[in-house]
Amino acid sequence: MTFTLPNLPYAYDALAPHMSKETLEFHHDKHHQAYVTNGNNLLKGTEFEGKSLEEIVKGSFGKNAALFNNAGQHYNHLHFWNWMKPNGGGDKLPGRLEKKITEDLGGLEKFKTDFAAAGVGQFGSGWAWLSVKNGKLEISKTANGESPLVHGATPILGVDVWEHSYYIDYRNRRPDYLKAFVDHLVNWEYVDEQFGKAV
Amino acid sequence: MSSMSRRHLMLVATGIAAAVVAPRLAFAQAAAPATPTAGNAPFILPPLTYPVTAFEPHIDAKTMEIHHDRHHAAYVANMNNFAKDTPVIGEKPLVEVLGNLNSVPDAIRTGVRNNLGGHANHTMFWQIMGPNGGKPEGDVLAAIDRDLGGLEKFQTDFNAAGGRQFGSGWVFVIVDKDGKLSIETRPNQDNPIMDGKRALMGNDVWEHAYYLTYQNRRADYLKAWWNTVNWTKVGERYAAAKAGTLAV
Ligand SMILES: [Fe+2]
Ligand SMILES: [Fe+2]
Repeated sequence: MTFTLPNLPYAYDALAPHMSKETLEFHHDKHHQAYVTNGNNLLKGTEFEGKSLEEIVKGSFGKNAALFNNAGQHYNHLHFWNWMKPNGGGDKLPGRLEKKITEDLGGLEKFKTDFAAAGVGQFGSGWAWLSVKNGKLEISKTANGESPLVHGATPILGVDVWEHSYYIDYRNRRPDYLKAFVDHLVNWEYVDEQFGKAV
Repeated sequence: MSSMSRRHLMLVATGIAAAVVAPRLAFAQAAAPATPTAGNAPFILPPLTYPVTAFEPHIDAKTMEIHHDRHHAAYVANMNNFAKDTPVIGEKPLVEVLGNLNSVPDAIRTGVRNNLGGHANHTMFWQIMGPNGGKPEGDVLAAIDRDLGGLEKFQTDFNAAGGRQFGSGWVFVIVDKDGKLSIETRPNQDNPIMDGKRALMGNDVWEHAYYLTYQNRRADYLKAWWNTVNWTKVGERYAAAKAGTLAV
């Protein structure tokens, strides 16, 4: 397959004031576009041509760093746009997901705290994750373009903690960005959809 | 830091040249009487020796302010927190601590790597920048010609290496004991001291170093940054590296 950049699933100004139009323009139109363009160039002539995005991400990890970085970031950002929505966040989760978060992670409030802490604790560029591994939910963090996909897990929620994701709106205040993300941006229906596919 | 207190600190600062050769940078500065956190906080944020507007339009004033007063200050504050329970990390010279991370207690090793690395990198970074920075000359120019193919090729290769560093990190010019130069990159806040090498100079390619002006255009930032380099300071660091007296 070749990589293509999908449109955002909402207007560029739809997530303001938690994530500005300007941030989304650069993040989607420039950063994500660059991963798509570079990924397609790097894919040409490799054994991965014609494979699915997930296969490319898993197959290139540890073998072809440049391709992995771009394919990994394409995968991460594809989902990232959908993991957010206007008027997201809140405490009303689909029932089966809320039950699982309570069982595995000690409840929604504890999840929010621990997930944000994982994002704060990722030193340098990277991501914080909620994923399913061997039927259980877990929180993790990864550097740069990595995701739980290359660690035997299926991501169901991720937040981009590269500085480009929050620097225009929050400057150095990454904790404020993460709080806004969990309180006002998370699209729990999309998380639940990914959860349903993973279990 | 307010502009008032920065101005005040600039008056009492002993200057970069002294810091280059001071074997224990943190202590040399901690000894200054006007330093507000001197005492049980051994790590000190070195004040900028030029105004935050000094590099407009290449680096905007807001970026300079946040970069120094927030990002670098956070690395310093985190180190002082570690030093409360583990004072030895603030007592030894920075080069000794960063060069022997294995002897730092497990519980704080990663924190020291990240935060002392960040302190070292940014201290060097502010030091080698300055207004009206001139051109490379003398020994360092000869080394650039000899080892890096001349100034133009050096700058092209350095910018390319900085562009290839995926995610947050630094691009450095490494200087060995004989004065031989090479270009290397490191992720995050790793510093060449960690693997027994020394940085002559380096550029920060974390997005915080350029995002407010350049956004995704890192290549433009890398090009423009050369307008901020103070070649006199680079020349001093080159001499200090060969003499084995580079403090950071
Ligand atoms: Fe991103
Ligand atoms: Fe920095």
